[in-house]
Amino acid sequence: MTRWLLALLVLAGLPGFASAAGGGAAYEHANINLSNQASLQRGARNFVNYCMGCHSAQYVRYNRLAEDIGLSEDQMVTNLMWAAEKPHETMEIAMPGSDAERWFGVTPPDLSLIARARGKDYLYTFLKGFYLDDTRPAGVNNIALPGASMPHVLWELQGLRRAQIETDAEGHEVISGYETVVEGQLTEEEYDSFVLDLVNFLVYIAEPVKLERERLGVWVIFFLLVFLLMSYLLKQEYWKDVH
Amino acid sequence: MSSTRPDALPDGGKLSALNDWVNARFPLKKMWDEHAAEYYAPKNFNVWYVFGVLSMVVLVIQLLTGLFLTMNYKPSSAEAFASVEYIMRDVEWGWLIRYMHSTGASAFFIVVYLHMFRAMLYGSYRKPRELVWIIGMLIYLALMAEAFFGYLLPWGQMSYWGAQVIVSLFGAIPGIGESLVEWIRGDFYISDITLNRFFALHVIALPLVLLGLVVAHILALHEVGSNNPDGVEIKNTKGPDGKPLDGIPFHPYYTVKDLVAIVIFLIAFASVMFFAPEMGGYFLEHANFEPANALKTPEHIAPVWYFTPFYAILRAVPDKLMGVILMGLAIGLFFLLPWLDRSPVKSIRYRGWIYKLALTLFAICFVGLGYIGVKPAVGIYPLLGRIFSVGYFAFFLLMPFYTRIDKTKPVPDRVTYHD
Repeated sequence: MTRWLLALLVLAGLPGFASAAGGGAAYEHANINLSNQASLQRGARNFVNYCMGCHSAQYVRYNRLAEDIGLSEDQMVTNLMWAAEKPHETMEIAMPGSDAERWFGVTPPDLSLIARARGKDYLYTFLKGFYLDDTRPAGVNNIALPGASMPHVLWELQGLRRAQIETDAEGHEVISGYETVVEGQLTEEEYDSFVLDLVNFLVYIAEPVKLERERLGVWVIFFLLVFLLMSYLLKQEYWKDVH
Repeated sequence: MSSTRPDALPDGGKLSALNDWVNARFPLKKMWDEHAAEYYAPKNFNVWYVFGVLSMVVLVIQLLTGLFLTMNYKPSSAEAFASVEYIMRDVEWGWLIRYMHSTGASAFFIVVYLHMFRAMLYGSYRKPRELVWIIGMLIYLALMAEAFFGYLLPWGQMSYWGAQVIVSLFGAIPGIGESLVEWIRGDFYISDITLNRFFALHVIALPLVLLGLVVAHILALHEVGSNNPDGVEIKNTKGPDGKPLDGIPFHPYYTVKDLVAIVIFLIAFASVMFFAPEMGGYFLEHANFEPANALKTPEHIAPVWYFTPFYAILRAVPDKLMGVILMGLAIGLFFLLPWLDRSPVKSIRYRGWIYKLALTLFAICFVGLGYIGVKPAVGIYPLLGRIFSVGYFAFFLLMPFYTRIDKTKPVPDRVTYHD
């Protein structure tokens, strides 16, 4: 029995090991909370207002979204549904991909799964990481994605800043700090929290069922533990007569 | 206990009559007795002996979830990726079925690798079980093919480029290589046509092959009888009734014991499925959440973890053809184990220090190669990959020598068993 328990312990530890093994790049930690519906609602507002000009979320249905983030259908139609007719439609955009490619050099990617593909910390760092760079077509570069084609859509909120570049001991150019060129409408804390809500929303749309699966998982494992006790007692009963 | 046997229904009852009627026409009782109620298994099985039954549990999980996924999945390059997201978001319980299937794929390899390691610990491949082992290795080959074809189906970036890399390996074969690759893909690149045929192979051809081989594996096993941690043949010591003294009927003893193992396994399985279905990018790779794009090669292409030991061997060789040959050899050598092993004893319990050391080093090399296979080929990794590859092959190629000179301990006549 001790060996069985040991095996169980090892197996139970696996998910923790895996999450510890993931990630690792020097991105800023995005401390999001999927159960915070107010944050998700603000994130949805920010997404619809600032991102959906160019980016779709083609697998996300408006009515499911409203239900999950705690909005009534009316609230959703008045506040979020600019680009669709019916609540069961998905978050598509009107801009044709071919036009976008001519304007920006690349088609802005669909964002339904971006958080699962790139990770929340990457998104958080990216959205905070724009700085002025005259060599780029859009006038800005990004610390998380050097050579990014995306213009700084949130510049009015964050303001614009210039990077101070220094050469380190090995001869690489590194960014040592920033100087503000244009003040933004939001303070640094307000901007961080704006971006955090947006990232929270992106993490939610990447896997809408996440909270539900974790909630269910607890019950499934609870059931299996009871079942384990029963099956163990059954085994002991039969094996009594094996000598 | 006897009430669980179909021949032990109450006399004179309607069910008993039905039972007789069936048995006069179909060997129901005969099969049940042969494979369960009167199949005598050694009583000293330890925890290593649960992975066979667990492989069957995973096989059933994969067949059932696969069936339901097929009802909503669309095997076309234009729709495949979106149909998987449709399953994840719009199909009732679709997410659960999909996560079961994706977790099941990795779980399959975990239990099969442990099952194979068990055979190496206790010499389960030795005479008279050579065919049990060879059929098992064929199952492993079919499983690798099944996993490879299945991995293309979500049509993500890693699906696409992983398939691209592995299919292109056949191009290393001199002369026919390029035409062979074209024949496999059915096109000049991985395309809709490739996806369609991989789908057909994944849902029809290989599941049938797998099922057939699993039946053959069990028939062969039940013909010769199970090995055990002592490597003692229980058939050599029979009681006056002709039954092995150290054997107990598989049913009910091992059915109830395996049930405990199955529940423990399901707890681990559910922990991954509900709380970490991506397993940090090892079970579901991050890059696979981007749709396949033939024009954009990902920075770092790594196969899923269960292929990485062999991928690391491939990369350890600078010449592509030699790499492919060695990779094939790395799997092929397993088939020869029954004849490479010249030790007079089966179980590691009675072997000397040389085999214990060799098996430990082999396990380190195998896991090490798996680790290197997921890492980019930079820094110390290529060198380590070569060292581990040499260790991997040395285990097999030197086996006839070190198993012969290894000092063994005397094997008892009966199995060791403590209440």
